[in-house]
Amino acid sequence: MPRVIADADLFEFTLALADDALVLGHRLSEWSGRGPSLEEDIALSNLGLDLVGQARLFYTYAGELDGNGRDEDDLAYFRNADGYRNLLIVELEPGDFALTIVRQFLYAAFLHPYFAALCRSTDARLAAIAAKAVKEMAYHLRHSSEWLIRLGDGTPESHRRAVEALDLLWGYTGEMFEPTTAEQRVVAAGIAPDRTQIRQPWTTTVDAVLAEATLQRPAQRGMQSGGRHGRHTEGLDRMLAEMQVLARQHPGAKW
Amino acid sequence: MYTQALNADESQRDQTLPAPDAAKLARFQAVIDAEDKIEPNDWMPDAYRRTLQRQISQHAHSEIIGMQPEGNWLTRAPSLKRKATLLAKIQDEAGHGLYLYSAAETLGLSREAYCDQLLSGKAKYSSIFNYPTLTWADMGAIGWLVDGAAIMNQIPLCRCSYGPYARAMIRICKEESFHQRQGYEIMVTLAHGTPAQKAMAQDALDRFWWPVLMMFGPSDKDSMHSADSTKWKIKRFSNDELRQKFIDATIPQGRYLGLTFPDPDLTFNDATGHWEHGVIDWSEFKRVLAGDGPCNRQRLKARQTAEAEGAWVRDAARAYAAKRSQRQATSQVAAE
Ligand SMILES: [Fe+2]
Ligand SMILES: [Fe+2]
Repeated sequence: MPRVIADADLFEFTLALADDALVLGHRLSEWSGRGPSLEEDIALSNLGLDLVGQARLFYTYAGELDGNGRDEDDLAYFRNADGYRNLLIVELEPGDFALTIVRQFLYAAFLHPYFAALCRSTDARLAAIAAKAVKEMAYHLRHSSEWLIRLGDGTPESHRRAVEALDLLWGYTGEMFEPTTAEQRVVAAGIAPDRTQIRQPWTTTVDAVLAEATLQRPAQRGMQSGGRHGRHTEGLDRMLAEMQVLARQHPGAKW
Repeated sequence: MYTQALNADESQRDQTLPAPDAAKLARFQAVIDAEDKIEPNDWMPDAYRRTLQRQISQHAHSEIIGMQPEGNWLTRAPSLKRKATLLAKIQDEAGHGLYLYSAAETLGLSREAYCDQLLSGKAKYSSIFNYPTLTWADMGAIGWLVDGAAIMNQIPLCRCSYGPYARAMIRICKEESFHQRQGYEIMVTLAHGTPAQKAMAQDALDRFWWPVLMMFGPSDKDSMHSADSTKWKIKRFSNDELRQKFIDATIPQGRYLGLTFPDPDLTFNDATGHWEHGVIDWSEFKRVLAGDGPCNRQRLKARQTAEAEGAWVRDAARAYAAKRSQRQATSQVAAE
C-alpha cells in the first residue's frame, strides 16, 4: 500500500513542475517575432504554448492541494523569485538560438522519460497531466535533437555556438536528477517517479544525439543547483518583474 | 493581417497588345467573368501578375510586421490564459504570413525576394502596425478593431480571381474571426472591470479608432484605384464601402461596451440606416505611410535584426542539408 502523503509535500512537488514549465515557456515566448525563420518562429511558439499549457494544469492542481483558494494566476503572478521552485536550467536567459536549442534538448531528454514514468502515478490528476505532456515532450525532444544535429554538424560558426551553449548549460543538468526531501516522500508514496532513475535513459539519449551532432559531452564538473529551494540565477527576478508587472499593478482585477 | 489599399497602383496595362495576346487576354477575362479561378500556370497579363505580387506580398509583410505590436505585451500578459491566447494569436499571424508568401511565390518571385523588398524598406505594409501598443487594452483593441477591419477587407478576397490567394484567404479569414472575437472579449472584460481597466479600454479605443478607419485606404474620391483591380475581381468593394461596413458593424459593439468613440461627429443617419463619421485626417495617414509614423523605423529595424541574427542558423541548416545529401550520394555510389 502506498503511504498517505501530506498535501503540503504534494503541493510543493506539483508547484515545482508548474514553475519549470512556466519559466521555460516564458523564455520560449521571448522568441516570438525573433526566430531565425518564420517556420522556426512558429515552432518555438508551439513549444512555449505546450509548456504554458502544462504549467496551467500543474498550477491549478497545486492551488487545489494548497487549499487556500489560490488559482493558477495567484501562483504565477504573486510569488517572488525566491518563492519560485523551478530548476535553474529553465530560467537562464535565452541567449542565442544555440542556447535555446541545447537547453530544450537537455531538458526534453530528461522530461520525456520522466513524464512517461509519471503517467503511471497513483495520483490520477498527475497521471492525466503527464499523459498529455509526454506526447508534447516527445515532439520537443525530436525538434531540438534535429536542430542540435544541424547546428553541431552545420557550419564552423554553428558548431562553435553549440559547443559554447553546451558548455554553459552542462553545469545545470545535475539539478534535474536531485529530488528535494519533500519530493522523496512523494516518490516513496508511489506518486512520483524517482528522478535519479532518469539519469540512465537521459545519458543514452544525450550521448546518441551529441555523437550525431559531432559534439563532445563536456567533462564532469561541479554542478549548480538551488532552484528547488528558491535560490536562483540573476535573470529570474528580472524575468518575473516583467512577467508580473501588469498583474501586480491591478491586484484583484480580472483579465 | 491586413491588406490595405495603399494607393500605389502600378498596374498600367500596355496600350497595344499583339494579336495572340489579345486572344489570350479575352480568354483570361472570360474565366474571370465566369467567376472561375486563374491558377499559377494559366496565362495572365503582366499587370495582373504585378498587381497580385504587390498586394499579396504586402499582405504577407503586414502579417509579419503585425506580430510586433502584440509581441510587445506577450511577456507581460496579465494572466496565464491571456498569455497562451496571445502567443497562439501571434503564431497564427506568422502562419498567415507563411501562407501568403507561398501564394505570392506562385506568381514567380521567391519568398526571399519579397522579404528583401520589405527589409530594404521598399515594400509597404499596413500602416496600422506603425502605432505603438501602450497598454494591455491595446491587445483587445487590436483584436477587436484591427483584426475586425482586416476581416472586412479580406472576406471579399476569398472570392478573388486568383486561386492561390483566394484559398489562402479562406483559411486566414476563419482565424481572423477568432482573433476578432478574442480581442472583443478582452475589451468586454476590461470595460466591465475596475475603473482603471475601463479607462485603459477607453484610451485604447481613443488611440486606435482613427488609424483603424485609415486601414481601408484613401476615400474613393481621392483614390487612384484603377478599374483593373475591379475588372479582374481582385477588389470587389471600394475603400469607402468597406469602411462603411466596418463602422456599421463596430459602433454597436463599442456602445455595448459602454465606451465612447473619439468622433464627436459620429451620427446615425435614419434615412440611410448607416453611421456617418467625421473627417478623417488623411495627412496623418500619408505621414505614416511615408515612413514617419510613431514606430515605422523600429518595426523595420526589429525585422532586420531578427533576419540578421538568424542568418547563421539558416546557413547551418543549409550546410547540414548539403552535407547530408552529399553523404547519401556517396553511400549510394559505394553501394552500387
Ligand atoms: Fe492575420
Ligand atoms: Fe489576426
